[in-house]
Amino acid sequence: MTDASPPIPALEPIPRVKRDVLPLLLVPAIALAALPLIGSPTTWVTLTIAALAMGMMIFVISSGLTLVFGLMDVLNFGHGAFIAVGAYLALTVLAPLSGWMQADHLGLNLAALLVAVTAAMIGTGALGWAFERVIIKPVYGQHLKQILITTGGLIVAEQLIHVFWGGDQKAIALPKGLRGAIVVGDVALEKYRLLAVAVGLLVFAAMMLVLNRTRIGLLIRAGVENSEMVEALGYRIRRLFVGVFVAGSALAGLGGTMWALYRETLTASIGGEVIVLVFIVIIIGGLGSVGGCFLGSVLVAMLANYTGYIAPKIALASNILLMVAILMWRPQGLFPVARR
Amino acid sequence: MISTLLSGDYPRSRVLTASLAVVLIVLALTPFLFSGAQAINTAAKICVFIVLVASYDLLLGYTGIVSFAHTMFYGIGGYGVGLALYGWGATWGAGFAGLALALLAGTALALLIGLFSLRVRAIFFAMITLAVASAFAILASQLSDITGGEDGRSFRVPELLRPGTRLMESTILGTAITGRVVAYYIVFVASLLLFLGALRVVNSPFGRVLQAIRENDFRAEALGFRTVYYRTLANCLAAGMAVFAGALNSLWLRYTGPDTTLSFAIMLDILLMVVIGGMGTMYGAVFGATIFILAQNYLQKLMGLGAKATEALPLLPHLLHPDRWLLWLGVLFVLSVYYFPTGIVGRLRQRRP
Repeated sequence: MTDASPPIPALEPIPRVKRDVLPLLLVPAIALAALPLIGSPTTWVTLTIAALAMGMMIFVISSGLTLVFGLMDVLNFGHGAFIAVGAYLALTVLAPLSGWMQADHLGLNLAALLVAVTAAMIGTGALGWAFERVIIKPVYGQHLKQILITTGGLIVAEQLIHVFWGGDQKAIALPKGLRGAIVVGDVALEKYRLLAVAVGLLVFAAMMLVLNRTRIGLLIRAGVENSEMVEALGYRIRRLFVGVFVAGSALAGLGGTMWALYRETLTASIGGEVIVLVFIVIIIGGLGSVGGCFLGSVLVAMLANYTGYIAPKIALASNILLMVAILMWRPQGLFPVARR
Repeated sequence: MISTLLSGDYPRSRVLTASLAVVLIVLALTPFLFSGAQAINTAAKICVFIVLVASYDLLLGYTGIVSFAHTMFYGIGGYGVGLALYGWGATWGAGFAGLALALLAGTALALLIGLFSLRVRAIFFAMITLAVASAFAILASQLSDITGGEDGRSFRVPELLRPGTRLMESTILGTAITGRVVAYYIVFVASLLLFLGALRVVNSPFGRVLQAIRENDFRAEALGFRTVYYRTLANCLAAGMAVFAGALNSLWLRYTGPDTTLSFAIMLDILLMVVIGGMGTMYGAVFGATIFILAQNYLQKLMGLGAKATEALPLLPHLLHPDRWLLWLGVLFVLSVYYFPTGIVGRLRQRRP
């Protein structure tokens, strides 16, 4: 008990987080490397826009999955089911709205899409909630069982789609105002792709805002880094997790709807087609990292589109090579999340 | 003698022993017990799938890693033998050369994938194998000049195995000894040997290390075992066995194509068989494969009857439509992962004799 307390040292300024820009440079690097191989600049612009649109859709689908993994260490192989269910729900809602879809008024077209997307997101969100309760809750912390159970859930969900909607391929048409392209100079920009890019950027911006500027976002980020510590501070991480899972499922529904409209056809196996790309994206992005997921989506989509044009036979193999190359460079993904 | 053959790993349950004996005897005598192509085709398919499921169990049940690329190795085996017999003529030399090349390619690929993804994180493995397998399936159907694309390749097998070949004039128990019977016994004996070999592997010190890694990889590492090395080796062994299974399958079918070897549906079938039969018990592979393949034929008929009976009701006939059999097996799969994680064999073993 001495009176003379030690002098308080002057506070060191908190060290700034280093910005890691190297992975970001990959995007322009790949784009520029592809330019001479493709030859014509107008084709290159068209392909790049297509790649961005595709990348945004993959991002919308995979962002939920990567957060779910980061937060609770749950690897959900059933994510593909939400993609398919979302697309089928949108198809069902769009059927009675065909009047709006065919109208010459762009506002009505977008309103119809908005209604369909909302329905799809509510539906898949609810499904995600049920999935979490019934399928995933009993197997927390057991990776092997998680993979098996969620794969089983995927089988059942895909079969139920067959039961309710039938197994044949469905056509899903774009609304009238979004068909065709805007021509700027020599370059044709497809309207729907522009819309997809806009929606994707909007989702990314909203997500970044929520994660970085709100209390919930702070808790989610803290949970991804160290969930036990967040629990010790008195927050119920399980509730947070259910919320993220439902939001992720709803985003998969949105992405599924966008993807189906992009392809303009729909089968029950649509989830399986996309999920491979989604896995590649979340691996190269770094499991649990939203920024990495965004960058990964753009990279994967760019490479898929460029190689699809230059050498169609190796389009999917090129993504595997990309994944291999990136994991050689950074074994934990482009933006590894601290604890893992 | 029997102890050596089974590597000291007895079924450890009377019901289990009796059922295994029945399966073995019926499979051994199928050409003489039943007439018609349906029965012998089913029996050959069961033999091939026992090997395939046993090799997958080596990965999933014993080492505790989930791979979605097992059909890829199965396909490599099928395509290896099939394309060799198709391209180099229907001789034994071509068949064995194809098998050797397929084994080399399969294990090399397994080594690459293993070193690559098991080094990083075991959980990546499931995702990476899924990606690689789907790329491989697409590649196989794209390179149609070599592989025959979606149609696959039908080919001729060596003289001795053709259906037209008669080994002797007389018949045994009313069955003519044709090339098909010889082919069946090649499949049967090879499957039996491979199965016993797998039993040997899992009961060796190596197999014990795999089980230790499954239970607690951190601890196994701390005890001084290089887990990456063991996991990769298990991956290569399983891949090699799957290559053999694929080779036997295409030799039997005299056809190789994406639907019979590479499709994701087969991957799911294997997963269901392992889990229903019992993970981490080689005998589970026998049960899983036998029950599943019989159910594939039998359940569909039953469901057809059910759908007819409930025709007047809403929705039910759709749920019971014969094409929806996978729905019910999927439900069974989920339930068995929850409630019977050790499958049929594990349940039977709990009731000690």
